[in-house]
Amino acid sequence: MKKRYLVVMLILLSFASLFVGVTNISPFDLFRFDDHQTQIFWQSRVPRLISILIAGVTLSISGFIMQQLSRNKFVSPTTAGTMDSARFGILVSLVIFTSASPIEKMIVAFVFSLAGTFLFMKILDRIKMKDPIFIPLVGLMFGNIISSITTFFAYQRDLIQNMSAWLQGDFSMITAGRYEMLYISIPLVVIAYIFADRFTIAGMGEDFARNLGLNYKQAVNVGLVIVALSTTLVVLTVGLIPFLGLVVPNIVSIYRGDNLKNSLSDTALLGAVFILFCDILGRILIYPYEIPIGLTVGVIGSGLFIYLLMRRRDYA
Amino acid sequence: MVEVQAVSKSYGLKAVVDNVSVNIEKGKITSFIGPNGAGKSTLLSIISRLLSADTGEVLIDGQKVNETKNRDLAKKIAILKQSNHLSLRLSVRDLVSFGRFPYSQGKLTKEDQVYIDEAIRYMELEDMQDKYLDQLSGGQKQRAFIAMTIAQDTEYILLDEPLNNLDMKHSVQIMKVLRRLADELGKTILIVIHDINFASVYSDYIVALKDGKIEAQGTVNEIITSLTLKQIYGMDMPIKEINNQKICVYFS
Repeated sequence: MKKRYLVVMLILLSFASLFVGVTNISPFDLFRFDDHQTQIFWQSRVPRLISILIAGVTLSISGFIMQQLSRNKFVSPTTAGTMDSARFGILVSLVIFTSASPIEKMIVAFVFSLAGTFLFMKILDRIKMKDPIFIPLVGLMFGNIISSITTFFAYQRDLIQNMSAWLQGDFSMITAGRYEMLYISIPLVVIAYIFADRFTIAGMGEDFARNLGLNYKQAVNVGLVIVALSTTLVVLTVGLIPFLGLVVPNIVSIYRGDNLKNSLSDTALLGAVFILFCDILGRILIYPYEIPIGLTVGVIGSGLFIYLLMRRRDYA
Repeated sequence: MVEVQAVSKSYGLKAVVDNVSVNIEKGKITSFIGPNGAGKSTLLSIISRLLSADTGEVLIDGQKVNETKNRDLAKKIAILKQSNHLSLRLSVRDLVSFGRFPYSQGKLTKEDQVYIDEAIRYMELEDMQDKYLDQLSGGQKQRAFIAMTIAQDTEYILLDEPLNNLDMKHSVQIMKVLRRLADELGKTILIVIHDINFASVYSDYIVALKDGKIEAQGTVNEIITSLTLKQIYGMDMPIKEINNQKICVYFS
């Protein structure tokens, strides 16, 4: 997969995304929109596209960073409890501050997802059996435990309805004023690029890192903060998007290798293209209704995940 | 000079390295030999600060290792451990490039590229520099790791069983490269090595460990004698001189 194909696909899909929807907006009308069209375009279509792109890019990069730091190809925000912890954090913020502002929610959810991810990394250190497939299973179990705690408290407090909004990723609710928080993740991508070499060296193991004079703990901490914060932002604005951070980095790794500095732009591009594709698919399959992105990515992503598991033996 | 002063390290009740003191001269190849479990690798890890000693000190050029900044040490001393299991798919060249990290912190300069090219040439990896590590054989991988260590361009190079997985041709190639690094560039090389004939032919100084203690140390002529080797390994081996080199015949 050449990078320029990805760029072309990204542009085409982005363009398509702007003009798919219930309100008929055609690219030919671009310069003579009526009021309604203008409003839909700027209040809904553009924010939706931007949030899709940011979510796709940050989740994929987060996945890549996690796979390097945990030294396991199958660890990602979905399979390490990061997303579930973020959701637990949202619940806690809803319970503590009854009408939590977005910023409050973000901070509490971030703290929880960071703590959850750290906890998973600690569990990882303790596990003696470093079977590559065993570890994401532990992560999935860990995530499910946190998720069931969330459900328990949500049930007690009559918040199930509220929480389900964050259970399934859905871009159809994105309108101007509800997604801008995602912009916070753009500087995170820049930091990820600056730290790319450090993450890769950390991924070679603690001894390797020390030999090369790298501050291993610092690299791991920076990586986990990037992962936890960008995941939190996506969960808060869009909802859970499973498997993206798993499938995209693995595909890129196969054709481009694991030197993060080389792979970062491919990961970002492929992540954006993949999620855009899934979103457009979800929008046209049962037109004029929509299938939420969490579901389309979940189905296509888990299929690809199984495929990766099976071909794993060939190149591992 | 590396000064190891009364270093001890235990795991549980077992003392793996037991009150070891040794001085290692600059610009020489020093081999650490001894039976399995003698504490050679542990000692090397302590010298290279990957492990910390329970008691005792390691000084490199008069500076205490555990009080020197990690980043500065990375320009002075490089270590390659025994098993290098990478789960990352890196190309040979990328791996060797990471050897420049202590200097470049990620931004490779032209000078860095020169070192990288040179290290790749030293290890004869030119043809496969763009291949991924997981496409290489065990020996090729090992050479790539050693190339990375060479690119790190440190005064001290510590290699834990560098000849693992290598056939004779490549074992000889690596020992010759190490010899050149010591003779031409004045590097100080410390290796843990199992094949005592390689130790005999290529090293300047030999340190023999047994049960965590130094059993013997000295020049090749002092250590490679039937008597000393019997003390170390507990087996009789005749020593033949071939082309002025002492070869141990330990096959029977």
